[in-house]
Amino acid sequence: MKVLSTPESRLAIITIAVFVMMSALSPDRFLSEGNLTSMAFQFPEFAILALAMTLTMMTGGIDLSVIGVANLSAVVAATLLASLAPAGIGTLESLPWLALAYGAALIVGAIAGAINGLLVARLALPPILATLGSGLVFTGFAVALTGGSAVMGFPESVAWLGNGTLFSIPVPLIVFAALALALHVLLTRTAFGLRATMYGANPLAALYAAIDTHRLLLRVYIISGAFAAVAGLVIMSRANSAKADYGSSYLLLAVLIAVLGGVNPYGGRGRVIGVVLAVLSMQFLSSGLNMLQVSNFARELIWGALLIIVMLINTINWQRRHVTTTPSGEKS
Amino acid sequence: MPDDATERTSSPFVRLHNVIKHYGGVVALDGVDVTIQPGEAVCLAGENGSGKSTLIKILAGVEQATGGEVHIGGVRHTTLDPRVSAAAGVMVIYQDFSLFPNLSVAENIAFSRELTDGEKFASQRRNKQLARKVLERIGVDISVSERVENLSVAHKQLVAICRALASNARLIIMDEPTTALTEREVRSLLGIIRKLKDDGIAVLFVSHKLAEVLEVCETVFVLRNGKLVADGPASEFDAASLTRHMTGRDVPDSPPSTAQAVQNLLLEVSELHKQGAFENVSFSLREGEVLGISGLLGSGRTSLAKALFGLVKADSGTMKMEDNSIALGDPLAATQAGIGYVPEDRLTEGLFLTQSIVRNVSVGRLDSHTSKGFLNLQSLTGEAADWLKRLTVKAPDIHADVKSLSGGNQQRVALARWMARAPKLLILNGPSVGVDVGSKADIHDIIRELSQQGIGIIVISDDLPEILSVCHRILIMKNGQLTDEIASGTIDETELTHRLAS
Repeated sequence: MKVLSTPESRLAIITIAVFVMMSALSPDRFLSEGNLTSMAFQFPEFAILALAMTLTMMTGGIDLSVIGVANLSAVVAATLLASLAPAGIGTLESLPWLALAYGAALIVGAIAGAINGLLVARLALPPILATLGSGLVFTGFAVALTGGSAVMGFPESVAWLGNGTLFSIPVPLIVFAALALALHVLLTRTAFGLRATMYGANPLAALYAAIDTHRLLLRVYIISGAFAAVAGLVIMSRANSAKADYGSSYLLLAVLIAVLGGVNPYGGRGRVIGVVLAVLSMQFLSSGLNMLQVSNFARELIWGALLIIVMLINTINWQRRHVTTTPSGEKS
Repeated sequence: MPDDATERTSSPFVRLHNVIKHYGGVVALDGVDVTIQPGEAVCLAGENGSGKSTLIKILAGVEQATGGEVHIGGVRHTTLDPRVSAAAGVMVIYQDFSLFPNLSVAENIAFSRELTDGEKFASQRRNKQLARKVLERIGVDISVSERVENLSVAHKQLVAICRALASNARLIIMDEPTTALTEREVRSLLGIIRKLKDDGIAVLFVSHKLAEVLEVCETVFVLRNGKLVADGPASEFDAASLTRHMTGRDVPDSPPSTAQAVQNLLLEVSELHKQGAFENVSFSLREGEVLGISGLLGSGRTSLAKALFGLVKADSGTMKMEDNSIALGDPLAATQAGIGYVPEDRLTEGLFLTQSIVRNVSVGRLDSHTSKGFLNLQSLTGEAADWLKRLTVKAPDIHADVKSLSGGNQQRVALARWMARAPKLLILNGPSVGVDVGSKADIHDIIRELSQQGIGIIVISDDLPEILSVCHRILIMKNGQLTDEIASGTIDETELTHRLAS
């Protein structure tokens, strides 16, 4: 069927199906205004991590350090705020300190990303191992900074990024939408995005096409790190604290969403719109399961199984497309 | 369907009847009939892309025929896989020999025998015994405990032959067996082939340079564009008629264009050296000149090409473009100096197969179509479309993946990418490998046209007619050194073959 020919259209149908199913199973609660609003506040933090994952996966890599980077950035911002801007001060007074803390978090994220980029590009480590290792190191730094406990006691203005609304739209949702749009434009409308995609399709050919692959990968992982820092700030705002081990289940979720969204883990293929749809379907599923009182362990099981099933479907689909892509469009 | 070749009294070892193979919409084999008798040596001739490799793959069980019949050893095989094919006695020696470089001669020879015998434990003593027996059978003296990586190319080939014999081969298929051999080595190979024939083992030579092995063959089959265009006793063929059948043309390519007027010096390479790859390479190139570099496989020609483009870093030496030095080992610097490189292997090095045709053409032009940080997709696509049209790429949809194109069109896309960057010097490594005859002629025309525009071109190829027809000057490379320089028109193919392999 033509409608089902792209991963995005398949996903749109799945998203709607999950929404309808959850609405039918638990209409009074799932469709309640409270639930819909709370979903809009919940998903942006892991959705932003999924965007970071999308970018690295487009190059055939992966960034398993995103949650480590997010927490380290948040801990740095939180420590600065807690020591410089006491909890009692007014909103206006706190703004310069907030800007400083957010700026510091972004810089930490970018530096962490640069370290990943150097490991992957210069030292040619496999991204999956390089970022697995660096993620532990970043988490370790966060523990060292905090002694492992939560940092809290912020001015009230911190809450705005995670809990505030702008024209009655949740601020974290706006942040996610802006980043998703930015990533979409970056991937489809800039030389950098096209090069990153093509590098993912064939790194050797990128070398032969005289693409500066080191610089390219460095930038990819820096952007991934900066996105992770933003996610860390949103988490910090919503929790009103920062800790070295917040959101540990988000890593699997971010990978799952990117793959579910049709990003080829081998690189070279994927669209942000697909990732956005995957985010929505995961949030609907997650909230719905919550309402049906499915335990957390069962939820992780469902996610893991989903990851494998989606990869299987995509792999079969790619293989089929490989066979049927001919000049005449005929099947062999 | 009328067919007279199938009714023979003796029972052939291999009989292919009306074999058809499609890859998607591309027809690789179109109703091919081939028979091979036990103990017979057969030539399968054809240019790159004619379907030879597909035929080997079908016999080896790597690919399944789309239609037709495959009989091996009198049994019709409807589905063949590599194990069944090997058990029936069909052994293929690919161009790279598929040996284990880190294992000994004995282990390599005994390897597949161990598999077929189902031995659970390896025994060095048994391996060596077997290896010695087989080596003795073909009258070759190689130490069985030597590691294969230390052997010469010719000896590696012999080890591969021995491995086939050790697993009771009844038909040995040799893919391009002479590409890396000197004349003397070819002669000793032919002697061994005669011995095999006496033992009732059939040999199938698959090559685009067959004149050398013609003397030991009984039968010749010629493929062109997937069709059998000629077959018969070897005595009825000579080098000229083989070429004629393979290319489908009566006259050889016109000799290269007239000698160029003295032009400005473009590239000057001096004393380029790379340990273990090439040494002391010096040459120069003028604007509009087409320089051919040829040599046997392993002569260092590809390493040299990569070094010129910076993909391999030379240890010492200098490169100058229009009197400006270029940093060694830096493709970006080479590109900025106006050098372009179209690699040997389109599929893994040249193209981004899963990306669109447009992107493949314009990947080097992204910065030129960027303003204020954003790409102008319209102008980018427009420029790519222009180049595709100029190079007559037949593509139903320029936004389709480049892998949907045929070999000839893919090669044009690879060329278009560099032409779009307006290079001063283009290095083409095997510019017409795996493309059909028509595209090949077109690519040669493109080379001539570029040369007339003053672009310097280096063609690296072992396709001698190609080298002879497009190059003004030919350099011959042997064991990493440039050994000979030949002006075009002063030499013919036979003489060039001789100089390459002597």
